[in-house]
Amino acid sequence: MSDIVEKTLTALPGLFLQNQPGGGPAAAKASFSSRLGSLVRGITALTSKHEEEKLIQQELSSLKATVSAPTTTLKMMKECMVRLIYCEMLGYDASFGYIHAIKLAQQGNLLEKRVGYLAVSLFLHESHELLLLLVNTVVKDLQSTNLVEVCMALTVVSQIFPREMIPAVLPLIEDKLQHSKEIIRRKAVLALYKFHLIAPNQVQHIHIKFRKALCDRDVGVMAASLHIYLRMIKENSSGYKDLTGSFVTILKQVVGGKLPVDFNYHSVPAPWLQIQLLRILGLLGKDDQRTSELMYDVLDESLRRAELNHNVTYAILFECVHTVYSIYPKSELLEKAAKCIGKFVLSPKINLKYLGLKALTYVIQQDPTLALQHQMTIIECLDHPDPIIKRETLELLYRITNAQNVTVIVQKMLEYLHQSKEEYVIVNLVGKIAELAEKYAPDNAWFIQTMNAVFSVGGDVMHPDIPNNFLRLLAEGFDDETEDQQLRLYAVQSYLTLLDMENVFYPQRFLQVMSWVLGEYSYLLDKETPAEVIAKLYKLLMNDSVSSETKTWLIAAVTKLTPQAHSSDTVERLIHEFTISLDTCMRQHAFELKHLHENVELMTSLLPVDRSCEDLAVDASLSFLDGFVAEGLSQGAAPYKPHHQRQEEKLSQEKVLNFEPYGLSFSSSGFTGRQSPAGISLGSDISGNSAETGLKETNSLKLEGIKKLWGKEGYLPKKESKTGDESGALPIPQESIMENVDQTITKKDQSQVLTQSKEEKEKQLLASSLFVGLGSESTVNLLGKADTVSHKFRRKSKIKEAKSGEASSTHNMTCSSFSSLSNVAYEDDYYLNTLHDRGDKELKTFSLNSELLDSESLTELPLVEKFSNCSLSTPSLFADNSMEIFHPPQSIAASVAKESSLASSFLEETTEYIHSNAMEVCNNETISVSSYKIWKDDCLLMVWSVTNKSGLELKSANLEIFPAENFKVTEQPGCCLPIMEAESTKSFQYSVQIEKPFTEGILSGFIRPLKISSEDFGKLWLSFANDVKQNVKMSESQAALPSALKTLQQKLRLHIIEIIGNEGLLACQLLPSIPCLLHCRVYADVLALWFRSSCSTLPDYLLYQCQKVIEGS
Amino acid sequence: MIQAILVFNNHGKPRLVRFYQRFPEEIQQQIVRETFHLVLKRDDNICNFLEGGSLIGGSDYKLIYRHYATLYFVFCVDSSESELGILDLIQVFVETLDKCFENVCELDLIFHMDKPTEQLGNSSELSSWRRRICHQSEGSTLLQEPKNRILHWGRGWSR
Repeated sequence: MSDIVEKTLTALPGLFLQNQPGGGPAAAKASFSSRLGSLVRGITALTSKHEEEKLIQQELSSLKATVSAPTTTLKMMKECMVRLIYCEMLGYDASFGYIHAIKLAQQGNLLEKRVGYLAVSLFLHESHELLLLLVNTVVKDLQSTNLVEVCMALTVVSQIFPREMIPAVLPLIEDKLQHSKEIIRRKAVLALYKFHLIAPNQVQHIHIKFRKALCDRDVGVMAASLHIYLRMIKENSSGYKDLTGSFVTILKQVVGGKLPVDFNYHSVPAPWLQIQLLRILGLLGKDDQRTSELMYDVLDESLRRAELNHNVTYAILFECVHTVYSIYPKSELLEKAAKCIGKFVLSPKINLKYLGLKALTYVIQQDPTLALQHQMTIIECLDHPDPIIKRETLELLYRITNAQNVTVIVQKMLEYLHQSKEEYVIVNLVGKIAELAEKYAPDNAWFIQTMNAVFSVGGDVMHPDIPNNFLRLLAEGFDDETEDQQLRLYAVQSYLTLLDMENVFYPQRFLQVMSWVLGEYSYLLDKETPAEVIAKLYKLLMNDSVSSETKTWLIAAVTKLTPQAHSSDTVERLIHEFTISLDTCMRQHAFELKHLHENVELMTSLLPVDRSCEDLAVDASLSFLDGFVAEGLSQGAAPYKPHHQRQEEKLSQEKVLNFEPYGLSFSSSGFTGRQSPAGISLGSDISGNSAETGLKETNSLKLEGIKKLWGKEGYLPKKESKTGDESGALPIPQESIMENVDQTITKKDQSQVLTQSKEEKEKQLLASSLFVGLGSESTVNLLGKADTVSHKFRRKSKIKEAKSGEASSTHNMTCSSFSSLSNVAYEDDYYLNTLHDRGDKELKTFSLNSELLDSESLTELPLVEKFSNCSLSTPSLFADNSMEIFHPPQSIAASVAKESSLASSFLEETTEYIHSNAMEVCNNETISVSSYKIWKDDCLLMVWSVTNKSGLELKSANLEIFPAENFKVTEQPGCCLPIMEAESTKSFQYSVQIEKPFTEGILSGFIRPLKISSEDFGKLWLSFANDVKQNVKMSESQAALPSALKTLQQKLRLHIIEIIGNEGLLACQLLPSIPCLLHCRVYADVLALWFRSSCSTLPDYLLYQCQKVIEGS
Repeated sequence: MIQAILVFNNHGKPRLVRFYQRFPEEIQQQIVRETFHLVLKRDDNICNFLEGGSLIGGSDYKLIYRHYATLYFVFCVDSSESELGILDLIQVFVETLDKCFENVCELDLIFHMDKPTEQLGNSSELSSWRRRICHQSEGSTLLQEPKNRILHWGRGWSR
């Protein structure tokens, strides 16, 4: 420490000199900068925290005086800011200086501005109210001719910017994308990336410009745009498959060393860029063979090139391996990747070993042989001194757990658990142990003991689901009733033993579990009577270390046991003691117990034995209180108002006095006027409205700011990837390989037994017990753990199986037919487009499992006699080629004749509602399928017309629609058709409904006009919290408001309520019933749109649609 | 995404703290303190990665740190970052500081805290910065008094 101080003293003069500018008032500046110096020096010299606090407070008060003095020059202000930042960094409040930082950014020259901006970005946060004052400065600087000023403005925008002010700067920043200087372009892209993070809907319309940035001639700009793409592809990979080629080309160039030399890092070309590209490719190629094929070459090349022995090449290698295992598998690449993993795992460098284990964890489901190859290393890592390595190893073991090795693995986990003290580790590990125990428990005793360990270690930090699940498991039981009883009995017995031990403290959660189990299942005991159990519970109740929550559990258990115990002194004593308890809750319970105890008959009927799983009928409407309420009302009591209504009334009462014009003028400075639309109908309420909007805006702002930034992305693809990988199961004959490995291991065991030290032998033994299930049951790991092992405890795993089964089946179905379908053009068919947008969810499949009796099939039939047999009962005859019918031709040449026939086949219903044109989905020489949509009032009706063009009968044509997530598809009655006559057309109708509103913007098929009056509009407007505003430039063709609104009405099905002068009111609803209101206003050729809704995402979505419609037309 | 960058000395005194995410003051200090205790008890010869745990954002986050003489450099990142990549990024950052201050030491960070802080910019910028460090500070370099070493540093890294 002393040498540091010494160095400080010698270094100081030099440091200060460097800080001084060449000319100007050097003296003043020197005095200020030396004040920072002396401050720092002063702090270093201090010995206690208390002294430091005193010094800083002193400093802050002198700073406060300086910054607010009118004589302070900007130069001095700059120095003050630096000191303020220092104080703030040490954790002291310097909020008085925030406003001065903004002022400095606004007024200073370049140098001062820079410090001002820096201070602002350090002091303020996204939702800080002062940030709004910065907007004007930013706009001014963005328009500046000085490059440095533009740069600074762009930098600050990409650091912090208020979400609702984005429209104010967005056009300026878009312009900067065409700037001649690459640094400006790059910073503009980064600013847009920031906008994409905080408000994705606002930058939706400039996606094309991102593509331009991706193709920018400057590498820096291109690299910056990769951030945006990585993000967008992570959210929705199917929309960017067409860019795969570009990414591959870029990566090829980078790997091939085509970039300028200054991008090299330790002679590796742009390693971080490579990492990012590999990630993007991994996301794009996931479960997609065609896309993956594009990248095999470049991945191979990357693996080959990354041979230099430097840290960063390992980073690239690791990423490569990750990508290779994420995309559609190719055996050569997998082999190479496996070799790389070996390099990592066997490396003496600890960081690489860690990553190797991570990679193993990731690939273990696909390739369990790798774990077998490295089993000795894994065993070594289990005893590694570094706890992080150990934990990673346990994670790996967790993935390979099966019924045979579960005891050893859980044993290892528990050992680790007992050593670690970090809460996070405990919570995580305890959850895993509980899951494994539930899934693979070999017997009752083991299960209960493991869970006991879990509860006593995990205690009060573990996830509340664990005890809840455990209790439900006990209560609901499994298939075998006697097994269940044994398990319960064992649990009860073990808890009684645990409670018998003296001086042991159990976590509260564990005690709660115990008391519930004892209360419910003590009747199973032979030896101990209920009275004895009650005595034990009583002892706990009197224990001071037990929390009052646990005590209520305990007393509940006692209450349950009382009817079985007949008469018990303990109960009476307990009642006596707790009816005078200071804890009201306990007293309540005690009184309940007392009353029940007096009436034993009632008690036994209320608390039957072993009925915990039966549902109770509860009168939720509390109708038995109706009389009481009526009486109260008749005596003049005020009627009950729900909480939210009271809140609103309170707000509206406050509004009358609260004149606060600032609220709105901040938030809507993009508007020239700030009259609220509701003011049109509710004349006198204007001031109140504005106050409310201001308030609500700040609320919503905060929420969104938090949500957007802390969104969590999963690192390792979990369940989905498992099911996805199934289809690409490796072609290697795994079983044989693994048997070989097993054999070699045992051979090795035998031959080396004599020479090995005892330690080695132990390790080998451990290895064989850990990896036991892997060899013989390779399929376990391929299909996800849940499937093949016979489970001890079925309840949980059943659900999982069902889920994975479902997922995989949809997946398999869609693979072949859907990909080809996606080539079909749908023009402006919103619904289908939107479905395609969500392609990763695999929305819909056509599978026409038909037995065609057409000429082609006839030739395949050996005998004509079989023709008659070819009915519904022989589905296997043509099962193999049933899908083929549906590979549609790449180009659609719809004949005029067909169109007309389709037109005639529109249903009568169609005339009542708006409907889209018929769209051909696919066709071939025997069959064609087309579809159109009808926007019905309550749902979206999809009509599929299937035309049999061949001259033969088509039997059991079957149109299957798989609904997407969040959608519900119901078949209209009378639509099935077992037989299609030759040259006829049949229609299938499906109504599509949204099951729950969701955030992705694919709702247009479900927007309906909402027909309300202007008064209702005014009322609704006030009650909605979510609003979005934006100005849209109108094209010349519709410069008048009515024509613009007409367009909106036609294209988006909004209802026009009223047009007053240059303002218009519109309303719509998202099915089933989420309303959204729109207020528009015209100034010259600008249309100001203002949406409000009860749903937070709907306004954003509608805004985007309106923008598209208005700017597009 | 990089969520936070912490630099503190062997005694846990913060020398440079940059959060790319809003945390209240007390939480920030707590994070620095806990992070310090986490890394302090780790030997130099074990791995440089730590799972962040409950500190920032839960299991998705990890700490990647390096220890140089008297200073710890800790980056807190989410799962979209490559561990080894970040490890080298720290190296680059320190190299940059070294170029900037000629043999950087803890004192430089104390007395010129504005420079490294500005270098850090925002988290996405950082990733660009890692490719061509000086581009990001190009603006500020222009703003500096014509001091040779800064300009030299600037030229060395930009095209």
